[in-house]
Amino acid sequence: MALMLALAITAITLISMYFFAYGPWWFPPFISEYGAAYDKQFMLTLIITGIIFFFAQLGLAYAVFRYRGQREGKVHYSHGNNALEVLWTSAAAVLFIGLVFWGQNIWVRAHLRPADPGSMRVEVWGQQFTWYIRYPGADGKFGRTKPELMKESIGQPLGIDPDDPAGKDDIVATVLAVPVNREVEVILHSKDVIHSFFVPELRLKQDAVPGLENRLHFTPSKIGRYEMPCAELCGLGHYQMRTFLDVKTDADFEQWLRDQAAP
Amino acid sequence: MGHTAGTHDAHAVHEAPQSFIRKYIFSYDHKVIGIQYWFLALTAVFVGMALSLYMRLRLAWPSAHFPLLGSGPMTPETYLSLLTMHGTIMVFFVLTTAPQGGFGNYALPIQIGAADMAFPFLNMMSFWVTFVAFAVMVSAFFVTGGAPLGGWTAYPPLSALGAITGPGEGTGMTLWIISIALFCVGALLGALNFIATTIDLRTKGMSLMRMPLTVWAWFITAILGLLAFGVLLAGGILLLMDRLAGTSFFIPGGLVVSEQVMVSHSGGSPLLWQHLFWFFGHPEVYIAILPGMGAASQILSVFSRKPIFGYRAMVYAMLSIGILGFLVWGHHMFISGMSPYSAMAFSVMTLSIGVPSAIKTFNWIGTMWGGKIRFTAPMLYAIGFVSLFVSGGLSGIFLGQPSLDLYLHDTYFVVGHFHLVMGVAAIFGMFAGTTYWFPKMFGRMMHEGLGKLHFWITFPGVYAIFMPMHYLGIAGHMRRYADTTGVNYLAALQPVHVFITVAAIITISAQLLFVINIFWSMFKGPKATENPWEATTLEWTVPSPPPHDNFGGKMPVVYHGAYEYSVPGAAKDYVMQTSPEAVPHSGH
Amino acid sequence: MADTAARNEPQLYIGGGGGGVRERDFGDYGGSGLPPGTARRVYRTGMWMALVAISMLFVAFTSAYVVRSGLSDDWQPLALPPLVWWNTLALLLSSFTMEQTRRALTEGQRTACNRWILATVVLGTVFVAGQLLVWRTLVSRGIYVATNPSSSFFYLLTGAHGLHLLGGLIALLYVALEAWRYRLGPAKRTLVEVTALYWHFMDGLWVYLLLLVWLWR
Repeated sequence: MALMLALAITAITLISMYFFAYGPWWFPPFISEYGAAYDKQFMLTLIITGIIFFFAQLGLAYAVFRYRGQREGKVHYSHGNNALEVLWTSAAAVLFIGLVFWGQNIWVRAHLRPADPGSMRVEVWGQQFTWYIRYPGADGKFGRTKPELMKESIGQPLGIDPDDPAGKDDIVATVLAVPVNREVEVILHSKDVIHSFFVPELRLKQDAVPGLENRLHFTPSKIGRYEMPCAELCGLGHYQMRTFLDVKTDADFEQWLRDQAAP
Repeated sequence: MGHTAGTHDAHAVHEAPQSFIRKYIFSYDHKVIGIQYWFLALTAVFVGMALSLYMRLRLAWPSAHFPLLGSGPMTPETYLSLLTMHGTIMVFFVLTTAPQGGFGNYALPIQIGAADMAFPFLNMMSFWVTFVAFAVMVSAFFVTGGAPLGGWTAYPPLSALGAITGPGEGTGMTLWIISIALFCVGALLGALNFIATTIDLRTKGMSLMRMPLTVWAWFITAILGLLAFGVLLAGGILLLMDRLAGTSFFIPGGLVVSEQVMVSHSGGSPLLWQHLFWFFGHPEVYIAILPGMGAASQILSVFSRKPIFGYRAMVYAMLSIGILGFLVWGHHMFISGMSPYSAMAFSVMTLSIGVPSAIKTFNWIGTMWGGKIRFTAPMLYAIGFVSLFVSGGLSGIFLGQPSLDLYLHDTYFVVGHFHLVMGVAAIFGMFAGTTYWFPKMFGRMMHEGLGKLHFWITFPGVYAIFMPMHYLGIAGHMRRYADTTGVNYLAALQPVHVFITVAAIITISAQLLFVINIFWSMFKGPKATENPWEATTLEWTVPSPPPHDNFGGKMPVVYHGAYEYSVPGAAKDYVMQTSPEAVPHSGH
Repeated sequence: MADTAARNEPQLYIGGGGGGVRERDFGDYGGSGLPPGTARRVYRTGMWMALVAISMLFVAFTSAYVVRSGLSDDWQPLALPPLVWWNTLALLLSSFTMEQTRRALTEGQRTACNRWILATVVLGTVFVAGQLLVWRTLVSRGIYVATNPSSSFFYLLTGAHGLHLLGGLIALLYVALEAWRYRLGPAKRTLVEVTALYWHFMDGLWVYLLLLVWLWR
């Protein structure tokens, strides 16, 4: 029984670790400035927790096997060991707290540093169960929206107020197209319930909360079409609420924008 | 010495009731109430597990037809209802009910040498309120629109706007809130009872530092419950008012659902609910796991025939887990739009919880180290608990970092994490507790062979279910997706879903072994002696099952801590807490 | 750890070793066989814990109140009907009479005790009736639950407090009934003490809530 249990724990440990190390399921390649740091921090955490995981589980397996009941010898009567306790506690504290400080730089860059003033601003609107993307047009300003004008059935999903001149040249699309290597600031809105913006390749996720304007900024570095699924439960169509992040060359992007503007 | 205290005549209070109803239904006896809670949780866990089985079936084979769900494949709204109810029933009616209400109620008064809980009537009330809450929760399946689909976290506005946002968000959601509010009341009554009992009804010699770690765990859990459930209750009341009275606590203005403007609301904040919910929700995680930690500590020491390693460190670790548990709720909200500065503060607090958790793990292994392990069924489950707690806890190191949460939040990585650490680790604590206390509760031993067989399927089984979920999360699989057909990159992950589902079918089927074992042993198991495990705590000094007032009117006197095993020079390899026998290095 | 050993002696007699202290034991007799003072201690602990739980409910309401009032520009300050101040006075007075009840009971002055407890019940009822009148005043001004977040909170807080206070009033009625049937000797001290504790807490809670909605508009 002891041997079997020790082997089972060891096997579970090694198989789990194998799939973390060599598994076919992994992050897609990154395309934003956070990607490299993110993957590094993930690997660092994986290595540290992996070592702890290995030694804790194998320690457990060893104790199970080594101290099985049939063995010779007496039980070591002891109520503990304060020195070991202190050692273990401080090691864990240093490791865990160190790890969290080490990784804060990604968070700081994504959330504490504001977007560059020259970045391209885009609004991303979530609704049950689609995304709409709004570009401010030539004037760089988003027009006012009115809830009572939001009617998809007549092609006005975002209800842009016709009386607001800033809204005249706004472009509403269903795909988030952006030029490559230019910083984009995404302003998240929701018309109804909470949705969440997520592009795995960007290593970024942010909720779109009704009543709030959550912001994100990133610089996509690789041309391509990346899926952008909703990541916060928003109702029965949640699993199909998806659009694309389309990273294009400058020229392609300008052309695309013109195509969108033309009715 | 001191035996006078053992001669109190407690019969005046504790004459055993004769009628069936007073004895088994509306009983004041903590042992009966404990067993009632335990049966409620047993029922709930099978409902919850059946729901998860259906979910797994749909995830593996989205277009298949399933019995009991009408014709055609399962709709996504049904999937989400199953998901919501699975989470709610498991968290509230299993993880909160069995470890605390069940085992705590049964064993705590005996372990501290009391004849009953401090307030037996309140104890009965808290069970029946919880029971009604469960009935109300299940009834949500049978109303128009069915059960709610917003997840167990019930985030508004999805949960606040009514049926317009989805079937189940109408009457079903209202019933959900009412059930949770009732549950809060029941849990609060229970918590204050546990605290008063532990503070005031310990028998002579049972100082705080002589209490078994199980009692510490239930005591700290009760404090967490007392502070947390009131906040959830407040949130529930506010949400109910938003739904029924037209207020705008959580609903902002200008919402448009299906081209309909929600004109009657303005200015509310969805994040306010998240703060209230997680202020409760995070301590709730510890409410679920602390009693398991207590049981595991107890059982590891008993069956290693060795004192617990670092008793005081264990107590302080649980206390600090309890305190820190109230300071980390924000880590559920890193990407919600909460202030990024507070996210950083919350993350430091969160990772700090890793420290007491590491102490506990170290001390569990330290307890076995140098012992003579007896591989009984409860011991196997306790060892499984430690293994699962380590595995599930370590993935928390990833999720506690806001930077890594930028990708991992709301993916299957989270699902794998909390199912291992709060789900199955706590469930293994319950398996351990059930097999350990069963002889005391029902006077008969459980079948060891069946118990071990169940362990050997379940232990690898749960790993096979929940470990791969981490890989899904790393590959970017969002949670709460009814299937993988809507997003291209998820298609490649479908084989993992099939694997998990097969593992789940096997593991869930194996749970029948446990139930068969329970009912077979209840009637046919070999009679249990007073102290079948040769343990030291007070419940093993009384007959199995104990008389109505536990100690037959003679209150025990306690001389040692609960972990005097293999004491050098002692007559046997354990010294009962009530034995005046000398102990050379009695720690506590 | 070993150095803290208390060796072989039973330690300080902290606990009572009893359990299942029923209502009938509210007087520390009743043949429960518990060490003296256990019932009293248990009931006091239980009541304090109940008050902690109730406090957490209102702490949560308060934080929601503070957050919500600072959230958007739709918050309109609520003009409190002046009657609330009279209600407050009645409730404060009732706390005073409750204390007098307790004192009279300890000193064994039964008639005085009966009068004070009656006064407390009357004042408590006046408060509840007064609060209902405050609601009616607001309704007559066209201020309903959903009119404005400030009114939502006012109805919520007064309602939640009122429900808790009603519970206290029922306990008071029971005490008063026992008093007037001359069954309230010093033996029932614990019942009166615990009821008084709850009643004073409800009083304090009301003052706190009133200050909250009055000062944080």
